[in-house]
This record gives sequence, structure tokens and C-alpha cells, in this order.
Amino acid sequence: MRLLEVRDLRTYFRTEAGVARAVDGVSFGVEAGEALGIVGESGSGKSVTSLSIMRLIPEPPGEILAGSSIWLKGEELVGAPETRLREIRGNDVAMIFQEPMTSLNPVFTVGDQIAEAVRLHRKASWKEARARAIELLGLVGIPDPARRVDAYPHELSGGQRQRVMIAIALSCEPDLLIADEPTTALDVTIQAQILELLGALRRRLGMAIVLITHDLGVVAEVCDRVVVMYAGEVMEEGPVEQVFREPRHPYTQGLMASIPRLGQETERLAVIPGIVPSPTAWPTGCRFHTRCPYGWELCVREHPPLFPIGGDRGARCWLETHPERRAAVDRATGGFLGLAGVGAAALGAEGPIALEATPAESWHRRAAGEPGVPAPEATAPDAPARPLAEDPDVERDVER
Amino acid sequence: MSGELPPAKGDSDLRGATPDELRPPPDTLVEVRGLKKYFPIRTGFLGRVTGQVRAVDGVTFWVRRGETLGLVGESGSGKTTTGRTLLRLEEPTGGSARFAGQDIFALGGEELRKLRRRAQIVFQDPYGSLNPRMTVGEALREVLHVHDLARGAAASARVHELLETVGLRREAEARYPHEFSGGQRQRIGIARALSVEPDFIVCDEPVSALDVSVQAQVLNLLADLQERLGLAYLFIAHDLSVVEHISDRIAVMYLGRIVELGDARAVVASPRHPYTKALLSAVPALDRAARRGRIVLGGEIPSPAAPPSGCPFHPRCPHPLKDADCARIAPPLAEKAPGHFAACIKEPAYVPESPP
Ligand SMILES: Nc1ncnc2c1ncn2[C@@H]1O[C@H](COP(=O)(O)OP(=O)(O)OP(=O)(O)O)[C@@H](O)[C@H]1O
Ligand SMILES: Nc1ncnc2c1ncn2[C@@H]1O[C@H](COP(=O)(O)OP(=O)(O)OP(=O)(O)O)[C@@H](O)[C@H]1O
Ligand code: SF4
Ligand SMILES: [Mg+2]
Ligand SMILES: [Mg+2]
Repeated sequence: MRLLEVRDLRTYFRTEAGVARAVDGVSFGVEAGEALGIVGESGSGKSVTSLSIMRLIPEPPGEILAGSSIWLKGEELVGAPETRLREIRGNDVAMIFQEPMTSLNPVFTVGDQIAEAVRLHRKASWKEARARAIELLGLVGIPDPARRVDAYPHELSGGQRQRVMIAIALSCEPDLLIADEPTTALDVTIQAQILELLGALRRRLGMAIVLITHDLGVVAEVCDRVVVMYAGEVMEEGPVEQVFREPRHPYTQGLMASIPRLGQETERLAVIPGIVPSPTAWPTGCRFHTRCPYGWELCVREHPPLFPIGGDRGARCWLETHPERRAAVDRATGGFLGLAGVGAAALGAEGPIALEATPAESWHRRAAGEPGVPAPEATAPDAPARPLAEDPDVERDVER
Repeated sequence: MSGELPPAKGDSDLRGATPDELRPPPDTLVEVRGLKKYFPIRTGFLGRVTGQVRAVDGVTFWVRRGETLGLVGESGSGKTTTGRTLLRLEEPTGGSARFAGQDIFALGGEELRKLRRRAQIVFQDPYGSLNPRMTVGEALREVLHVHDLARGAAASARVHELLETVGLRREAEARYPHEFSGGQRQRIGIARALSVEPDFIVCDEPVSALDVSVQAQVLNLLADLQERLGLAYLFIAHDLSVVEHISDRIAVMYLGRIVELGDARAVVASPRHPYTKALLSAVPALDRAARRGRIVLGGEIPSPAAPPSGCPFHPRCPHPLKDADCARIAPPLAEKAPGHFAACIKEPAYVPESPP
């Protein structure tokens, strides 16, 4: 039995502009002790997914639709009574929220807030709880914890507040930790220390982690598996090493191409053209088709399922069933948009193959519809005249 | 702690010019000298003051027109406080700050309001800095009114333009902050800063809540605006590759002080301060092979209420030449190569051949 099993999760919001389908049929699982990364652009539904697991979606305007399932240790959380949920939160599952200031209470000292969390799930006197709070503050690298325990949230730096949140989440030694961008406000040395701490808890307590972050490097270091989300759906999933070495979905490839890399001189960064469409009006067919450099008419018409690709990988892309196009894309990008080509070169180690253009540039050019990269259409008979992302009508649909 | 250090090896280098001794270039927009900001620490139920956090402890730097100075450093090292104090959002404990030649710390009400228009800040915590009861459009229009920039239809048009500039749909104007994702909120903060067409923006982690793709869009946007409007930025961030990408020069802070300052490429390619070296080596890597050679910092993170003697980094410093001098001598931020400063006495100084 998996520790967490999310099946066909749909979380919608009622807004003035219509129903926002923020999370729209998401499935994944987490084994005990496993670390799962969730990545994806802003607004793709990562936080709503994690809040749904905690059953912290405000209802209304939000709603987890019937047919959605969230099993934790075999227990269905969708429809579970609030009293039961409260036991689960802070005992079995803990969450680190994306914005620490919204979840820390400004009128209580951080020490009181951690001690409160400690006392919630374990019998402890205030004195013991306070001692534990000081210990936890030290663990997350707050200097002088015995004195800073009396600080109010506004008296701490952004990164210190974030670490207070981490301390609160860890205070109950949960089976599952959901961490939403837990290290964005931290410098890399303290980030390394926090990731090390999470790793130690995984080994010692068998704690599982769902880590939401936009830092693909962090995912590579911490996670076993990764889920790539876009427009409320899982676009690609699989073991981290494989997905980053050889991303299959054009969206994952685009994400990897946008990472700025140390020591690399570029005037402009590659971007995925356009913006995430509105959750009240997802595009038809493949939801990425309005921005995809490889889409064709099938992508506009039909919604692709998550195709299994060997073992335990999957990609929601029609290229998976069109090998001739797939091959053309691989040729165009050199077939190594992922880590094999970019990562090593970026980090000063020798890349395996010398490139004329970096894969990022080639993706970027392809996305911009520029020549210089062989077009996959060349080999496919029913190809469009130009990439859809370039089509002015489609573009307008997305942006306005 | 200093007791454990080997005796002085006699190779400490105290030479080299410091920014304090240098005159800023003529096109300097913002000039900060010896800036200090201390906060009281209150302890216990009675809230007695039992010490002081030396959040910023004597920093000197300048930002030229159209330039981006990147500010990186350990969490809690004083980056946000530096930005807030120089904009008078906190009262300084010491030092001076000038904006276009004007003494910021001497400005009165009306002048301060004018400064607020020309010098903006994008806050680190986007949620805390947006009024939850105002729609995004109302908030932006209010800023335009306060600074007398646009009203009525002109204001609406400007709001739409701003939202588009930061990659949000027009409809966003009718929504409240809580209806956005974290990254979307951060872009609203950027739109608000841009609304008054400032000359200088303190960007406090403006892209850290953004995914790589939107982050690239925002960075490109900031670069475009800089080129078009000649904006200057003080750009605070943790992601070193982002900072290198956007900055002309980089300053590295540790425990309330600047420990390294120089050309962005030079700081990343040949860091002179051991803290900067550790920082660069700790960048999370996609590739497992690149994780070798990482410098892991040991030791307690020191408290800004009781900074270590001598070099504030000495208890954790992995420099092979570290000795008793490090615990004794406060290292000046000295020139180690032309225009490249580092506060480490174990790095040889740059001394021009024939001083003028
Ligand atoms: N309370 C709400 N009311 C209406 N829409 C909402 C609400 N909460 C979230 N949304 C919408 O749901 C979508 C997904 O939001 P979510 O916060 O999950 O994004 P995310 O992937 O976490 O992005 P980020 O990386 O920026 O944090 C967004 O378009 C957001 O505007
Ligand atoms: N209002 C305050 N009262 C007391 N101490 C404060 C206050 N504001 C900041 N501090 C302390 O000053 C120091 C510097 O904080 P600052 O927010 O400037 O750090 P930072 O470099 O921006 O860190 P981060 O990267 O985590 O945001 C920290 O030790 C912090 O706890
Ligand atoms: S090729 Fe088609 S199905 Fe695949 S991502 Fe692009 S638009 Fe979607
Ligand atoms: Mg989020
Ligand atoms: Mg800060």
C-alpha cells in the first residue's frame, strides 16, 4: 500500500470569470520514505494540489469534485469529517506553506507558535515545548535560538521566517511532509543545510516528502520521482534522473531550456513563448498546444492521455504515438535537451557532445519559428505550415 | 574559538584600496556609505531589551544610472534591511545614503514623497505587501492617484498596460490578491513598482517565487525596461545564476557586512572571498557529477547580536591559510584585483605599480 495515492483529483474554483479548473484530473502516488517533486510554471496548480491533499481548500469558492480520491495510508480524505482531518494534519501530514507570512501569526512570538505545534500532538509542558522549540530553531539554522525564540515574525528575515515554518512542520515528525517552495528565501548554503536535514529525517523516520519547487536543481538533488504539471494536469512523470536526462514532453524540454546557468553568457534567456492560459478557459485538445513548437492539428482537436513510456514514466503528448514526428523533434533538438547536453556543459564539466547551438538556443529558435533547426514537418505529411505558437490567432486566445 | 587557530603565519595582507576611500563615478545615482542598522532584541514576557541585532553593520556601495548591482548573501545577513533602510522604510542607525546627490536621510515630508516616486521597492513577501481587500486594479489605480500620474480612463489604460507588461491578463484587474498563485502575486508587486516610472528599484527577491519560465520572462522584462528607461536596480536574490545573469556588479553580504564586491563575471568566475567560494559551490546541480567539490560550511551560524571578533566569517572559514590573525584583525574590504574587492586578509591585495 502506498502512503499517499491521489487519483483523478479535480479542484475547481467559482470565480467571476467562470469556473476555474485549477486542478483537473491529477493522479500520482508516494511511497513511504519517498521524495516526489512537483514542478511546473506559475499557476499550473501545484499549490492547489497540495492544499487539496491537506483538505485546506476554502469551500466555497473552491470545491473538490466528486470522483476525486486522496488516500492516505488507505484512508480516504475526500469527504472525511473535519475532526478527523484535524487529527491527520500535524500528526500524519504536515505542510510548509509557500508564503510564510500568511501562515505565521504576527501577534505571537515564533517560539510560542512552535511550542503550540509541539503541544498539539504530544504531551508536553510549556517548558518542555519551549525547549523543543529552541532545539528546532537551532536545527533549521537560526543563530542564537535561545534568544530569537522570543522574536515576532516581523523581526525575522524572510529566510528565517521560512525556516520557522519548517520547524513547525517538522515538530510533529510527520509521515508525509508537503513542502511548497520551502527554500525559495534561503541562500544556497542554508538551503543545502535544510535539504540535508530533510534527508536525515527521511532516513531516520522514513518520512515521505512531496516537494513543490521551481528549482529543478533542488528536485534533482532531493527527489526520487518528479511530476511536471501544466494547466492543472500532469504532463510528464517519472524517475528524476530519467526525466531530466531525457525529457520527453515539449513542455518539460521548454522548462529545462529556460534555466539560467552559472558562467554562461547570454543576453536573453530562452522562454516558453506566451503565458499559462486561464484556468477558466483551458485550450482545447492538448492544453499546451497554444505554446508548443511542435503541435499540429491533432493537438488542437484531441486531448492526449498520459501515455506510458516504458517502466514507470509517462508523457501526455501526441508525439508519443507519432514516432516519425518524435524522431524529427529529437533530431531538431539534438535529442538531448535534458541534462545530458545542458547540465554538464553548464557546470563546467565536459559535455558529451560539442554543439553548434546550445540545446536551449535551439529550443528557443524552434519555438520562435526561426530557421536553422530542421523542422519536424519536413518528414511528416500532414504538418502545419508554421508552429502553432506563432499563429497570431492562437496567441491572442491565450494572452487576452 | 580563536584559541584553536594556529599562530599568525605573517602572511596577512592589509593593503589595497577600499570603497570607503574611493570616489564614486560621476553617473552615480545611489550612494551608500557606512550604512548601519541595529534592531533591539527583546526577551521574555516583559520584553526587556537584552541586546542588539547588528543587521547592517557599515556597508558602502554605489549604483550608477542604468546599472544593476546584485546583492546576495546568507539568509539573515542584512540584504532586505539594507534595501529598506536606504529607502527610509527603516530609520538608519548610522551612515549616509544619497539619491541623485540628495541626502536621503535628511529629506522631509514632501521631498520624501518625491523620492518614493523615483525610488521604488518590490517586496520580498508579495502577499504581505498587497492589501487583501483591494482588487489589483484598485491598488494600481491608487498608486497612480497618489503620485498624480493618471486618472479615469487614462489610469485604466495604464493599468492594463502594466498588467500586460508583467505578463498578466487584463482580467486580473478585477481579482483580489488571494485569487492568484504565488508567482502571479509577485508579478503584481513588480507592476506596482513600475507604475510610477521610477529611476531606481530595489528588487527584493523579485523572481524567487517564480518558475524558471516566468522568471526568464520577468528577467528579460527588467532588462528591457532598463535599456528603454535607463533604470537602475539593486537586485537582491539567492539564485546566483540569476544574479550573475542580470547584474553588472555583485555584492556579497555576510553578517551585516559586504565581504566581496566586483564585476559580476569576475565574482562568479574567480571569487576572492572564501564565503563566496562556498556559496558558489553549493548551487544545486541537475547533474550528480557536479556535486563533487562542494564546500560544506561547518560550525555554528554566528549571531548578528554577537558577531565573532576579527573576521566575522573566521569560525566557519575553510581557507587553508586561516590563522590567529583572522580572529584578531577585522579585514578591510580591500581591492584584490582592479575593481574587485574582498574582505579577506589571506588573499593578496592588488596594489597598482606606481601609485599616482
Ligand atoms: N482561491 C482561489 N480563487 C480563484 N482562483 C484560484 C484560487 N486559488 C488558486 N486559484 C487559481 O488556480 C490556479 C492554480 O494556482 P496554484 O496556486 O495552484 O498555482 P501554482 O502552480 O502553485 O503556482 P505558483 O508557482 O505561482 O505558486 C491559478 O490560476 C490561480 O489563479
Ligand atoms: N524588525 C526587526 N527587529 C529585529 N530584528 C530584525 C528586524 N528585521 C530584521 N531583523 C534581523 O536583522 C537581520 C537581517 O535581516 P534581513 O531581513 O535584512 O536579512 P536578509 O539578508 O534579507 O535575509 P533573507 O535572505 O533571509 O531575507 C536578521 O538577523 C533579522 O533577524
Ligand atoms: S506535440 Fe502536441 S500533444 Fe505534444 S505537447 Fe505539443 S501540442 Fe501537446
Ligand atoms: Mg504555488
Ligand atoms: Mg530578505
